[in-house]
Amino acid sequence: MRLTAADHSPARSPQLHRYWSLRHNPPRVHTALFITCLADQLRPSIGVATVRILRRLGLKPEFPAAQGCCGQPAWNLGHVNEAKVEAQRMLNVFRDYDAVVTPSGSCAAMVQHYSTVFGKDDALTQEAHILAAKTYELSAFIVNRLGVKNLPGCFPHRVTWHASCHGTRLADVRSEPLQLLSGLEGLELVPLPRAEDCCGFGGAFCVKFPEVSAAMGREKCSHVSSTRANVLAGNDAGCLLHLQGLLSRDGTPTRVLHLAELLEEAATGRAAC
Amino acid sequence: MLSPEGNFAERSSGAVTDDKLRKAVRKTVDRLRDLRRADELPDPKTLERRAKAQAVREHSVAELPQLLAQFTENCERRGGHVHRATDAHEACSIALSILRSHGAQRVVKSKSMVTEEIGLNEALEHAGLEVTETDLGEWIIQLAGEKPSHIILPAIHKTRHDVQALFEAESGMTLSSDTARLCAHARVRLREKFLQADAGVSGVNFAVAATGSIALFTNEGNGRLVTTLPRVHIAFLGMERIVLDLDSLAAMAEVLPRSATGQKLTSYFSIITGPRRADEVDGPDHLHVIVVDNGRSAVWKDPEFRDVLRCIRCAACLNVCPVYAQVGGHSYGGTYPGPIGAVLTPLLRPEERSANELAEASTLCAACTEACPVGIPLHEMLVRLRAREQKEHPRRLERLALRVAFRLLRSPRAAVIPRVLRLAASGTGTALLLKKLVPPLERWQRARSLPPAPARTFRALWQELEMEEHHAH
Repeated sequence: MRLTAADHSPARSPQLHRYWSLRHNPPRVHTALFITCLADQLRPSIGVATVRILRRLGLKPEFPAAQGCCGQPAWNLGHVNEAKVEAQRMLNVFRDYDAVVTPSGSCAAMVQHYSTVFGKDDALTQEAHILAAKTYELSAFIVNRLGVKNLPGCFPHRVTWHASCHGTRLADVRSEPLQLLSGLEGLELVPLPRAEDCCGFGGAFCVKFPEVSAAMGREKCSHVSSTRANVLAGNDAGCLLHLQGLLSRDGTPTRVLHLAELLEEAATGRAAC
Repeated sequence: MLSPEGNFAERSSGAVTDDKLRKAVRKTVDRLRDLRRADELPDPKTLERRAKAQAVREHSVAELPQLLAQFTENCERRGGHVHRATDAHEACSIALSILRSHGAQRVVKSKSMVTEEIGLNEALEHAGLEVTETDLGEWIIQLAGEKPSHIILPAIHKTRHDVQALFEAESGMTLSSDTARLCAHARVRLREKFLQADAGVSGVNFAVAATGSIALFTNEGNGRLVTTLPRVHIAFLGMERIVLDLDSLAAMAEVLPRSATGQKLTSYFSIITGPRRADEVDGPDHLHVIVVDNGRSAVWKDPEFRDVLRCIRCAACLNVCPVYAQVGGHSYGGTYPGPIGAVLTPLLRPEERSANELAEASTLCAACTEACPVGIPLHEMLVRLRAREQKEHPRRLERLALRVAFRLLRSPRAAVIPRVLRLAASGTGTALLLKKLVPPLERWQRARSLPPAPARTFRALWQELEMEEHHAH
């Protein structure tokens, strides 16, 4: 692995100890990236950032090209068989890896709940449990699996966090992204009022009931504005694209960043702290 | 039971433009959520209380037939009469024949959702009786000729100015819009109704099988007057609202007020066992309990949905539901709004096709499941209802679109998606055509800009990323 100047810097904070030790002794975790459709098609910078962050942690993430959708749109719309087909494909694609990392709380939650898709008695249920146990949302992987609580980086901005519902309630990723954000130098984290309210994206919901979805989103945006944050960050591309679409339609200059993009910018950006 | 006009999409898109409605609903649900949070979140006992309550309700649902038999026996032993009604029509007919046998003309009611469900007021009024709702919120709704828009706060969508106008129209008096004065006015008007009433009709929060009692949690005191002042008391019991014994009731008392209003206990908590006894001064001469099935037995027999019968109608799921907060209760079109209504309405009314769309009216954010004090997996049930609907009435085009999309998404040809997106955002004639051909594109763009289309997909970028890693070594 290529070491950077910072690796030799004497001014390493003790909080970053775990990070540096991983860089020198790379973890032996055969890791696959599950990119998710939205990041692949609409926001590839999320995937690029995820790969670079994982590499900086000493990992060599692979991208199995046979992967596709996790099946959540089919499952949530009630098309059980279509969801099963996609779930089964995912089991095959990720069978030989130690860990599957995805930059989405919602897609992670779907994969973690495949046993529900197959049902109690299905032969694939056991395998679904195995995949569930090794599938992580990005920040949960870094904090819980790798044990890295802090990443080096500088992000001198006022940031508020959108805690996506599926990430928090279904994948139980709550404190991990905040832990990583609050460790960055210069970053001022401002709590989002009514953070527990859904932003109104909801997958197909946002085009099935566009008026209700937009009303929910506008309420979320007004809370974002009330924080006077320059950056709205989150870990689900769906929510972020929906909120960004509303903010940009209204001409609000708030930047909308995925956690991976933010961490990457903090690690490599030119901003000084 | 369902509003005949329109569907959820139509009703809700109207509601979201009604700022007065949204503000009124938002203000109140926020207050309830804050009260509840203040009581619950820092308290480690919350989980324990909920686990107990859930265990009680699981037992109730599992043993429902036995508990109902036990309740019937014990209630009748204490001088009450228990009737079973299979549907709304039968429930109303039983009530009407009881009222007629006592020559009752004037009826006062305390709050009861099950009587809303069966349309009791309409049935009694149709038969020429006078019915007065005495719960403040219910009275407001009755005067407005509407249906409740919330399970515990039926008039949540009304402002005090709305209430002032309704009370002025009813009394012919000029009133202040001060809430305390409006309450005082209602108290005086309703007191006359209590004193004149021949019969009182109430709901039942919980029936207690071991003692044959019925328990009522109220805040206004009207429940006590309704159940003690008139000569006849008719209590409507939703078939599943039963618990084993007084200990079980105590477990429910620990969670119902907390989940509903953030109170540790409601102002009034009544346990009524039989009619007035010979040595007692207060109480009705006759107590009738009408057990309403109205579709519940079918739900009980369905293993996928039986757990919904645990519901204690606390409305915690409404207060946290982000969709409910935007659209209000009337958008749901049934008696029970919010997440519980979206699950319960299609289950209780399987023959009404339009009820099934309610399961779609959710982002599946799971706030309801998190809030439920008796552990009903509401968001999962919404998904199960959607699956059931697909099975019975498949949306073939949607299914085909999904199949095509899934295939496309895992192939290099997926690069076409950002290209289409760029075209759609171009503002050209092609963009307009695309909007027409792909309705979701048009629906997305009604309120939102399209995301900027990337030059290449991640799939296409991956090779370069691999090279990058290669060069690093």
